[in-house]
Amino acid sequence: MGKLFAVIVVVVTVVSSAIFISRIWWLPADVSVLGVGIDRQMAETMISAGVLFVVSQFVLALFVWQYGDKGDGRSIKIFPGGATPMVLGATLLVGAEIVVLSLVGTKVWAGIFLSAPDPKALRIDVQAEQFAFYFRYPGRDGTFGTMHPDLIDDGNNNFFGLDPANDTTARDDIVSASLVLPVNRPILLSLHAKDVGHAFYVPELRLQQDFIPGLVIPLHFTATKVVKKEIVCTQLCGLGHYNMRAYMDVMPEKQFAQWMADQAAQQ
Amino acid sequence: MSRKLVSSLALLAAGTSATIALGHPAKNAGAISGHVTFTGTPPKMRPIDMAKEPSCAKQHATPIMTESVVAGPDNALANVVVYISAGDKSAGPATEAVRYDQKGCEYVPHVAVLQVGQPLEIYNNDQTSHNIHPLAKVNPEWNKSQPPGAPPIKASYTKPEFIAVKCNVHPWMHGNFAVLTTPHHALTGQDGTFSLDGLPPGKYTVTAWHERFGTQTQDVTVGGAKPATADFVMKATPY
Repeated sequence: MGKLFAVIVVVVTVVSSAIFISRIWWLPADVSVLGVGIDRQMAETMISAGVLFVVSQFVLALFVWQYGDKGDGRSIKIFPGGATPMVLGATLLVGAEIVVLSLVGTKVWAGIFLSAPDPKALRIDVQAEQFAFYFRYPGRDGTFGTMHPDLIDDGNNNFFGLDPANDTTARDDIVSASLVLPVNRPILLSLHAKDVGHAFYVPELRLQQDFIPGLVIPLHFTATKVVKKEIVCTQLCGLGHYNMRAYMDVMPEKQFAQWMADQAAQQ
Repeated sequence: MSRKLVSSLALLAAGTSATIALGHPAKNAGAISGHVTFTGTPPKMRPIDMAKEPSCAKQHATPIMTESVVAGPDNALANVVVYISAGDKSAGPATEAVRYDQKGCEYVPHVAVLQVGQPLEIYNNDQTSHNIHPLAKVNPEWNKSQPPGAPPIKASYTKPEFIAVKCNVHPWMHGNFAVLTTPHHALTGQDGTFSLDGLPPGKYTVTAWHERFGTQTQDVTVGGAKPATADFVMKATPY
């Protein structure tokens, strides 16, 4: 029975490692400037954690195979000093690994969440609500109209609570249900939530950030490829959560300018 | 759905209202007819982006527009509920159900006109779930989920009220229930015309309600030498 267990441990270890090594289950191709660092960090984490995983599983299998109870009446052998040094050693080893990975990873994480956005970044407001995303561009005047939550009126496409009757800066604001972006231009999103917590997740950008009602959360990135990818909500936000999504449409600069002009004409 | 089809459905709804009105015949019945228009600049209607719901988006060759103001030729105003708000002695609500469809992630008709106590049946014709949420303030408020293929949701209201309707899954979906006490009501189509039939001679107050431009009333006498008419001119603002 002990030998069968050892074989199962080896098979599980080899199969699960092979799945990762052959990248059957892996992230989709990166399309952002920040993604390179994240992918490198991810690879380093997977390699170091993977090596420890494989070694520890093989040692476990070896000990089970070699020293399992064979029913021959041998007394159970104990490591010198008992299990305590082993547990301490393992804890220190794994703890050191986590600390090192965290310290190394902090640089990449801070590069996304703590660094200042490019001052020339294209600013876009995002409104998340049950169960859709809406995106607002400042229009020709380059200024966003003030948001008035009490004026939010979905039925009339006033998803941001704008007051164009009294606020002239709001009149040319462009609101879209898709996140349309120019390729290779820095983007600064300001995340707003109308009702409950939501999340902005685009695996191809390697970005995931929660929306929190009452907070305006900045998120910046640069898309490097012309692609159309899905934005999904990854915080369970209610009945229609499964259907809360939008599309990120990254296009060449010229095409983006045309899209903006078309949108402006509809305001 | 094209604007033409929407207007056709609105006209169909108006026709349905007229049929309901004829369901209560009276001796020497007269009618009040008229035309609803607007002055000023109405707000621009905007295309609705349904990209997140491909099963609905593909039902529309071109994006449908928001419908809070649907204007016809010569400033005619559609989706105006015109009804007798005083002087109507008709008794009892109509018994036939008013049908309200969710089709292509749009409410058809945009305004459902029904009487207090009259049954309302709400259908989901789409391949996606809807969650219909009439925002009643006088009547009890409810919201109900309706998956594809689910039987119609049946409801009725006990008090007169204009109720905005939204879908909790598709934020752009917007419609209205006009719950009235009178069986004499009509919904204007894109030509802005209406006719309230089956009215016995007498004095009436006619009210016109539009979701954006509010209400107007007129006192009208039926049974005089001239045919009774009531034209309404709503004041439009761009924002």
